[in-house]
Amino acid sequence: MSNLETKPADGVAAGSQVNPVENSFTNRFSHILSDLGKNGIFLALILVVVLFSILTNGILLRPQNISNLIVQNGYILVLAIGMVMVIIAGHIDLSVGSVAAFVGAVSGVFAVQWGLPWWLSILLSLLVGALVGVWQGFWIAFVGIPAFIVTLAGMLIFRGLALVVLGNANIGSFPDEYRALGNGFLSNVFGELELDPLTLGVAAIAIIALFVQQFRTRKGRASYGQAVEPIVWFIAKLVLITVAIGFFAYALASYKGIPITLIVLAVLVLVYGIVMNRSVFGRHIYAIGGNLHAAELSGIKTRNVTFWLFVNMGFLAALAGLIFTARLNLAGPKAGDGFELEAISAAFIGGAAVQGGVGTIGGAIIGGLIIGVLNNGMSIMGIGIEWQQAVKGLVLLFAVAFDVYNKRRSGGR
Amino acid sequence: MTDKVDAPLNILEMRGITKTFPGVKALQDVTIEVGRGQVHAICGENGAGKSTLMKVLSGVYPFGTYEGDIVFENKVVEFKDIRDSEAEGIVIIHQELALSPFLSIAENIFLNNEQRGGLGLIDWNKTNAEAAKLLARVGLRENPTTKIMDIGVGKQQLVEIAKALSKRVKLLILDEPTAALNDEDSDHLLNLILHLKEQGITAIIISHKLNEIKKVADSVTVIRDGKTIETISKNDVTEERIIKDMVGRDLENRYPDHTPHIGDEILRVEDWTAHHPQDVSRVVVDNVNINVRRGEIVGIAGLMGAGRTEFAMSLFGRSYGSKISGRVFKNGVEIKTRTVSEAIANGLAYATEDRKTYGLNLIDDIKRNISMAALKKLEKLGLVNDGQEWTVANEYRKSMNIKSPTVLAKTGKLSGGNQQKVVLSKWIYSDPDVLILDEPTRGIDVGAKYEIYSIINKLAAEGKGVIVISSELPELLGICDRIYALSEGRITGELPIEEASPEALLKLMTMEKAR
Repeated sequence: MSNLETKPADGVAAGSQVNPVENSFTNRFSHILSDLGKNGIFLALILVVVLFSILTNGILLRPQNISNLIVQNGYILVLAIGMVMVIIAGHIDLSVGSVAAFVGAVSGVFAVQWGLPWWLSILLSLLVGALVGVWQGFWIAFVGIPAFIVTLAGMLIFRGLALVVLGNANIGSFPDEYRALGNGFLSNVFGELELDPLTLGVAAIAIIALFVQQFRTRKGRASYGQAVEPIVWFIAKLVLITVAIGFFAYALASYKGIPITLIVLAVLVLVYGIVMNRSVFGRHIYAIGGNLHAAELSGIKTRNVTFWLFVNMGFLAALAGLIFTARLNLAGPKAGDGFELEAISAAFIGGAAVQGGVGTIGGAIIGGLIIGVLNNGMSIMGIGIEWQQAVKGLVLLFAVAFDVYNKRRSGGR
Repeated sequence: MTDKVDAPLNILEMRGITKTFPGVKALQDVTIEVGRGQVHAICGENGAGKSTLMKVLSGVYPFGTYEGDIVFENKVVEFKDIRDSEAEGIVIIHQELALSPFLSIAENIFLNNEQRGGLGLIDWNKTNAEAAKLLARVGLRENPTTKIMDIGVGKQQLVEIAKALSKRVKLLILDEPTAALNDEDSDHLLNLILHLKEQGITAIIISHKLNEIKKVADSVTVIRDGKTIETISKNDVTEERIIKDMVGRDLENRYPDHTPHIGDEILRVEDWTAHHPQDVSRVVVDNVNINVRRGEIVGIAGLMGAGRTEFAMSLFGRSYGSKISGRVFKNGVEIKTRTVSEAIANGLAYATEDRKTYGLNLIDDIKRNISMAALKKLEKLGLVNDGQEWTVANEYRKSMNIKSPTVLAKTGKLSGGNQQKVVLSKWIYSDPDVLILDEPTRGIDVGAKYEIYSIINKLAAEGKGVIVISSELPELLGICDRIYALSEGRITGELPIEEASPEALLKLMTMEKAR
């Protein structure tokens, strides 16, 4: 087995000494191929968007609908961020939907029944979520019970506790500031205008920041002598992203402005993106998922990392619960039903590996968006919930199958 | 072949086999003839193409994906998969055994070849009785209902052979069959191959170990860089000739010169005892006392199961065992090594004997594997400095001669020797004072071995203490300044290199406890 795998690598090494010209060409070619593999998920999102734009006669891309897409799927994206981290470490969390419902209910008690200030209610609710994570993390990391079992138990426990807290009723009518988390928009700061200038301004800044960051990374890599992707490919990618952001911003600006949910999401993606790409903690997560034994024998405190991962997941599940509750203005017993499955699907559609060690925050977000567009597009078309379920299941299956096929072709493990 | 009257009838001829992977020719016009009822050895460095050749032969790479002809039993065969080749009586036993640990010996032997009774259901009496007969043929005294996980690797190897016999094997291919076996089990296996030969079973054996080739093989074909170099018949086989063929040059000295500059004691372990992690009453490491000085290469010799790895791992952050006791001193000051990170912080490093399972993140790149144990050195405010990490990794790629065009290559795709260099880079970058290297050259070809030895010498020359654990006595004798012998978890002796000989060491290694 091992000998087979060594061959291609050795061959490339030998080739680079013998024939540098051919090698640089094949390098470039393989770069584009591997990039297509990596960006396949991104292309899939574009495909889904185009498909549903046609099927819905353009309703999908109307400003109001684009805004709705974000607000309606914000909670899945929040969960997907935490879930992909858990999956990269080689675990799973089935309890997030129940935890979201539980925290939503608890926040209702804080904000409505006890009448605590909105900000205190939110802080306390997030703390409750983190404590749930402490509980599950303890069993998984320090007692050594598989996450599947602990979170399956958690799914039942916290669904039950949510019902206990709600006492067989809904809790409703939250304070306005609390509701803004799910329904609010940042707009009209400069008065009522056709196009919200703040939204456009933020988009412009985001695009500039993206350019600066991308060019700096590229320059940095080049200055360290690392191979960078061909400039044409690089620019094309930037232009594509710029157009997408521009269109997106235009849509938001001509509707109500920037959803608060989107701001929360942007901060999360930025922070967790850095955590997973650059931080020691993120490295340790990948190392544990890639080879637990090797990570342990390299001095990584694997139990601590696992513990904090689940604390983090609890925190994000709480945040998702708050966003969902705020949007409905209601904490109910059915809240969070099936969230875990959508979050897990998002992570896997986004390229995470079942065995762990592989996955990205960006991939999970795009995976979540694909699910979001499917939900939204099929709803607009008036397709029943039963067929929506079936279609989403098939998309998950095909996405992972494509990924597996791709890896096998490129000779990965 | 028919025109050569005096030539023995060949059971197998592979003619002009060429196998190309994207961008690389793994095999180039390889020709090999195996005589009926003979044992034919195939030698070559890792990555030379031996395993690829066997995969072509056994149908893992189906007909059409390679060029050339395979002639088996005087007819050209076109195997589409491994079942086709097995139907013809060609059975391959891979390096990594393909047995299911939770199933019994008998179940494994008849896996996918179940002994059926009425109604198509499995006839367990027949299964176990047939299995017992096969076990007798391979000389394995175990109950057929014993689970695979309860027998050692040596016996598992025999089960694989029994499985092959159950398929009425004519040509048995063994891919490095003794790589994971101790001397006793290896001997048994080699004798079994000779015994099967008497029963008319032809064997191809792929091996690194020259002494065992000399023992069993009737002829040897050496492959280098995907080409056949030559086929040598039994009487002409010499170690020098094979090595020369394998590496393409004379290796006058298999071990680099090493002039020790030994300084003060750097590490001392006193009364180290560890128990089995599950069976707490079993003492695995028994009151071990050793010391290492600056610039010294100290060997630990022991048979498989003597407790070598267990000692090293229990010392390194208690990664193995239970009820561990003993004291560790560095430069005369007592240190604690209760966790791996504590051991690393105190200047210890342990490079595992099993790179793939314990040493590397195979799905990650060279760069991140090298930095894994010392991310702290690259960290600022919790963030890793990517560029610096790349620079560091690239320096190691060059200085350690890791054969890969970039440090972004996945370690899972490197050859054994290069993987080992990545593991060593990782530990050297963690800046240890004492390195424990467990089987540093296992599964590595001759050329890469020499490089690893040079690295070890360099580490010693820098004033570090190096402990080398190895099953290969010549290796310990070739590179160490002093050798401890370990038997049944106890240190049974200590020999300076001047007094060490294979005989003296073996005597100590087999010394048993007074009962």
